[in-house]
Amino acid sequence: MLDFDLNAQRGSFHLQVKCRFVSGWTVIFGHSGAGKSTLLRLLAGLHAKAPGNTLQGRVELDGNVLTDTANRLLLQPGRRRMALVSQHPSLFPHLSVEANVAYGLSAMDRHTRAKRVTEMLELADAMDLVNRRPQNLSGGQAQRVALARALAPAPRLLLLDEPFSALDGTASDALVDRLQIWLRSNNVQTVIATHDATDAFATGAEVALLREGRLAAFGPAEHVLKEERERIVHRLRPS
Amino acid sequence: MDWQAFALTLRLATTTTAILLVVAVPLAAVLVLGRSRWLPLVEALAALPLVLPPTVLGFFLLVLLGPRTPIGRGITALLGHPLAFSFTGLVVGSVIYSLPFAVQPLVAGFAAVGPELVDAARLLGASSTRVVFSLLVPLARRSLITAAVLSFLHTVGEFGVVLMLGGDIPGATRTLSIVLYNQVENFDYAAANHTAAILLALSVTALAAIYMNGQMRGGRRA
Repeated sequence: MLDFDLNAQRGSFHLQVKCRFVSGWTVIFGHSGAGKSTLLRLLAGLHAKAPGNTLQGRVELDGNVLTDTANRLLLQPGRRRMALVSQHPSLFPHLSVEANVAYGLSAMDRHTRAKRVTEMLELADAMDLVNRRPQNLSGGQAQRVALARALAPAPRLLLLDEPFSALDGTASDALVDRLQIWLRSNNVQTVIATHDATDAFATGAEVALLREGRLAAFGPAEHVLKEERERIVHRLRPS
Repeated sequence: MDWQAFALTLRLATTTTAILLVVAVPLAAVLVLGRSRWLPLVEALAALPLVLPPTVLGFFLLVLLGPRTPIGRGITALLGHPLAFSFTGLVVGSVIYSLPFAVQPLVAGFAAVGPELVDAARLLGASSTRVVFSLLVPLARRSLITAAVLSFLHTVGEFGVVLMLGGDIPGATRTLSIVLYNQVENFDYAAANHTAAILLALSVTALAAIYMNGQMRGGRRA
C-alpha cells in the first residue's frame, strides 16, 4: 500500500497531492504538464534541491516511512525498494545490456546474478539483446531493457512513467499482459503514469486523475475517465 | 642540456599529476553532485590559482610552510626538514597551483553525464562512490585524459611558484624553467633556445595527443 501526502514547488509549478494507492495496479492519468512525472520522481525520492524547489510531506510504503519532511527524513532512492522506468530509458551507454541489467545486483554472487539477469531479460523479451550496447538498440528495445533492469533488484513498488511509448501496439499489449501476471505473482505494486486514456481503460485499474498538480478524481477508470471515454467514442464515431 | 633538471621536471610533473588526479576526481564529483550551499566557495577556492599571480601563491606557500607558522613547524617536526626549498615542497606547491587545470575539465566532463543516468544508478542502489567510479569516470574518460595532460604540462612550465618556494637547488628544485631563466640571465641564448625548444616540443606533443584523442572519438567536447 502506497500512502502519500506531498506538497512541492518546482520553479513555477506547484504540486499538492494526497492519496492512498491500495490496488496492485494504479494509473495516474493526466495531460502533459499535469505533474505526473514530478509526482513519480518525488515518490522515488528524487528530490532535486535547487533554488525554487521545495518539498513538504510524507510518503509511506507498506507502513514504512520513506519521506517525512517534518522529521527531516528523505530516504535515499536506492533504499526505498522502488523502481522507476521513464519514457527515456536512461541505459548506461558504456555497459552492455547484460551489465545494465546486472547493475543493481552487485550484492548478489555471480551465479545468482547471472540467473536473475536471464530471468529479467526473458520477462522483458530481450534475451536476444544481451550482448548489445544501448546505442545499438531501438527505442522499444531500450525500454524493454530498462524495465528488466528496474525489476532485477526485486522492488516492492514499480513506478512506470509512460514506459511503453516506443513500443508498437501489439508488442506493448503482450508485454503489459506478461508483466501484469509477473508483478502480481511477485507481489509488486505498480503505479503507471500515462496521458493515454486507452492505457487506463485497457488495464482495468484504479485511476488517479491529475490536473495542474492537483488530484482531480480517484477511483475506477469508468467513473474517473467518463469524460475522456465519451471524447474517445465521439472521435471514433463516423461523422 | 641539463639532463638532471630535465629528469627532475618530469618527476615533478608526473608526481603532481598523479596526486592531482587522486584529489581532483572526488573534488569534481562533489562539485557536480553535491548540494551544499558552500560549494560555490569551494569551487572559487579551487579556481583561485587561475587568477592568482604564481609569485603571490609561491610567497604565501613559502610563508605558510616556513618556520614562523604552526603548520610549517609541525611539518618540519614531522619530516625533519622544512618543506620549503625541497622537492616535496615543490610537489605541494605544484599540486595547489595546477589544481584548476585538473578540476575544471573533470567538472565539465562529469556535468556532461546526464543527470537521468545518475538518478538511474541511485535508484538501483549505487552509493555516491559507485556513481563516480562506475558512471562518471568511465563516461568522462576524455576529460580525465585532458585533466592529466593539462596538469602535467602546467607543472612542466611553472616558474613563479618553483622559484619562490623551491629556489634553485640542482637535483632538488632546479627545473627546466629555472634552467632556462638562468641561461637567459647569463646571455647563453644557444642553450636557452635548446631548453625552450624541449619545453615547446613537450607541450605541442601533449596537446596534439589530446586533440587527436578527441578527434578519434568523433567529438570535440572536453
